[in-house]
Amino acid sequence: MNKSATQDPSIIKTVQFEVLRYNPEGNEAPRLQNYSVPVIRGMTVLDGLNWIKEHLDSSLSWRSSCRMGICGSCGMFINGLPRLACNNQIVHLHSDRVTVKPLPNYDIIRDLVPDLEGLFEKHRSVKPYLIRKDTEEQEKPTGEFFQSQQELLNYIQFAYCIKCGLCMSACPTVATSENYAGPQPLTAGWRYCADSRDEGLQERQEVLYSSYGVYRCHFAGACSQVCPKGVDPALAIQLLKKDAFLRSFGFGKKKKAGPVLPPVRDWTPGGKIPEAPAKTVPRKTE
Amino acid sequence: MQQRLKNRLGIMGWLGGGRYGMDRYAYALHRITGLGILAYFIMHIIVTGQRTGGVERWESTMAFFGSTPFKIGEFLVVLAFAFHAVNGLRLIFVELGWWIGKPGTPSFPYTYSTLRHRPLFIVFMVVAAVLMIIGGVDFYFVLK
Ligand code: SF4
Ligand code: FES
Repeated sequence: MNKSATQDPSIIKTVQFEVLRYNPEGNEAPRLQNYSVPVIRGMTVLDGLNWIKEHLDSSLSWRSSCRMGICGSCGMFINGLPRLACNNQIVHLHSDRVTVKPLPNYDIIRDLVPDLEGLFEKHRSVKPYLIRKDTEEQEKPTGEFFQSQQELLNYIQFAYCIKCGLCMSACPTVATSENYAGPQPLTAGWRYCADSRDEGLQERQEVLYSSYGVYRCHFAGACSQVCPKGVDPALAIQLLKKDAFLRSFGFGKKKKAGPVLPPVRDWTPGGKIPEAPAKTVPRKTE
Repeated sequence: MQQRLKNRLGIMGWLGGGRYGMDRYAYALHRITGLGILAYFIMHIIVTGQRTGGVERWESTMAFFGSTPFKIGEFLVVLAFAFHAVNGLRLIFVELGWWIGKPGTPSFPYTYSTLRHRPLFIVFMVVAAVLMIIGGVDFYFVLK
């Protein structure tokens, strides 16, 4: 640890950030650029990049927004793995060198900014929404679709996906096959097929079971290893294969979409909800 | 003009590309051994096809392929076959949803299917190793 004694006592150490730079306007080849960054407790890789931008190099580009692992925009290749920059503290990398590159398997727009459009297109191709035969009910709902707690557990894990695209970067099949649907879209497809309220399997299977669908996966598991939300895309893909196997041999349960529950009638709140306090400031319109 | 830079890993993505778990290397080996076995089968068909050219042609072909470098090549095919067959069986189990766990609500630190599957992975790899050793012993005595 090379702690610089003259600085702020909250600084634990100084690390070398090695960041890939790419300028789409010039003819220069991409290159690695070094920056020394003082690290304080709790500082994430994203904080480090912000520090560089504020103090050393305002031209450095990347994508981020929520800085709390929710929006999925700060995916980068950090010290040998695809990770969210905001979700990884520098000290937890256990190294005095932090190498930050854009996510592999996506075109680079500039510096650390990958082009995720291909991912979103594939995601849309699996129709990631509830498809039902009673479209009239979906348009003008008269009640809720029934779903039990167990039925929820069949897919809720896969609904946690934040579309960060880390899994696509880690997947070795995506590395060699541009057309392979990939772990994120396939998981999104299963998330809806496994939903007891859905009847859209027929419409999705053209993509899910195409020659670029689930059968290109051989359970490398890297997608599940890097997923920051514990979504486990490798599991979803195997469940898609299992489902196809069971259906083709007539073993699968016939799926009947969850019924519409009758509207709740004759129900009054528990009676313990206190009255709102009297207004103290009149509204402008009053 | 703004230019996108291609960053698809290609075949290097099979061999490495990050600090991943052993399942990803089993994936790479499965594909590579699959291609190797396919190449062997094509050669095998061409070689055994020589029999139609008469006894002399067949015997000279066999003498040529009986040399040590080809025996070593055949041994590599045995190794590839042992791995590919056993790993393929493991993948069939996985595709039937066996020993990979069930979906639930993820809570940190996350566990996932490949981790839950790890004990079975190790058992299958041990079986592949035993088959390779048996193949090795057999070849050792054949070469002798
Ligand atoms: S499955 Fe996980 S890694 Fe893949 S896009 Fe969704 S959240 Fe990101
Ligand atoms: S900034 Fe939103 S996930 Fe990292």
